[in-house]
Amino acid sequence: MAYTKRIEGRGFDETRPIEAKVGVIKRADGSAMFKIGNTWAYAAVYGPRNLHPKFLQDPSRGVLRCNYNMMPFSSYNDRVRPGASRRSKEISMVTQKALLPVLNLDDFPNSVVDVFIELPLTEAGSRCAGICAASMALADAGLEMKDLVSAVSVGRVDDKILVDLDYSEEAYEDGPVADIPVAMMPNLGKITLLQMDGEVSREMIAEALEKARKVCGDIYEVQKAALKDKYPQMGNNE
Amino acid sequence: MTNGLLAKQREVAVPGEVLCKGMDFLPGQGTYRQGDNIHAERLGLVSVEGRSIRIIPLSGKYMPKRDDIIICKVIDITLNGWRLDTNSAYSALLGLKEGSAEFIQRGADLKQIYDLGDYIMCQVIQVTSQKLVDVSMRGPGLRKIKGGRIIEVNPFKVPRIIGKQGSMISMVKQALNCNILVGQNGLIWIHGEPVAEQKAIAAIRKIEEESHVSGLTEKMKDYLQKSASR
Repeated sequence: MAYTKRIEGRGFDETRPIEAKVGVIKRADGSAMFKIGNTWAYAAVYGPRNLHPKFLQDPSRGVLRCNYNMMPFSSYNDRVRPGASRRSKEISMVTQKALLPVLNLDDFPNSVVDVFIELPLTEAGSRCAGICAASMALADAGLEMKDLVSAVSVGRVDDKILVDLDYSEEAYEDGPVADIPVAMMPNLGKITLLQMDGEVSREMIAEALEKARKVCGDIYEVQKAALKDKYPQMGNNE
Repeated sequence: MTNGLLAKQREVAVPGEVLCKGMDFLPGQGTYRQGDNIHAERLGLVSVEGRSIRIIPLSGKYMPKRDDIIICKVIDITLNGWRLDTNSAYSALLGLKEGSAEFIQRGADLKQIYDLGDYIMCQVIQVTSQKLVDVSMRGPGLRKIKGGRIIEVNPFKVPRIIGKQGSMISMVKQALNCNILVGQNGLIWIHGEPVAEQKAIAAIRKIEEESHVSGLTEKMKDYLQKSASR
């Protein structure tokens, strides 16, 4: 049986409902929340600040350190075991590599910018939600950035190319599935994260990336609006 | 002058946002040119002056700058001076020679002069490319801070809190009969009657929050009058 219809009548090119907010964590130097359907990500940025242990310091530029963490109660299935895992360590690393190309930390030698991404609720696409939240939080922290980073997962389920897969689609059993998380710099049109899990053809990847490009542009607009929303009255005076 | 200019004066710009198309403008601070377009490089307010576009930052950590007067906390005592926390990513060094206007005897107990945890008002005299910071206590008004309380504000709001020629902060001082010192690094020392200190903190937070409002000085005058009489 071919895959013909998505849950809740969502179109194949349609994401789950998105909500974004900036400045959600008062103590942090920059923070943001990004919700896409039932995947919620909170990101807090601290720094630039002193980096210890000292051997991690880089005298030529600042270091970006990311930490991705799913909360124990965030999953629909079993409780997520708290603490670092092989998976969370990998996602922390790809998040860092997805964000570094836009950041300019040349003015902060020997220091570190810490990004903490916490997920209180997850249902697929969590690394993408984390990256979206983190890039907004970095902008909120006043760091120099060439662009924001917008991310979404695209993929194929059976013979269809979908945008923003949810859990039931990732776990579809009656045909081949591929999950492709993509992060992009929307203004510069460059890709900073590209992973793939599953089976796809070359043509399908090209089609999926084209869809990712469009959706990342839409997500950028949401991120932009959230950042501008933090300073609502500005520009009306003088 | 609308040739390719997309951003409006004093509007919030987001990293990556295209501010201008074409070659009619020059990229200033906080912006960069990519092909024909000028993009924003950080979150801030757009400022167009003549033919140059720049971004005025709204948030971020303090970065030590030469000649800034800052409030620091003593975090370590070394052989030849004190190490200070500057409320930024980098600590500062206060050398013995710069430590005080008076002569410091060889082998003197440095704790007697500035102890761990003391706050001092000092001036940045040098910042290297690797962000090694030297500060000095030699200068008018530079001293150790005793009593009162310290609060932290956004360092980019400090000029607004001080006001033109110190108009804003002296208004708060007079209205609430408090002693206030504002460091460029976003630390503020307030000393006075406990209730007045509380009121001064509330007033400073209000200035910080409404720093973008025009005519804030007048507004604060009313606010302080009410606050002082309560």
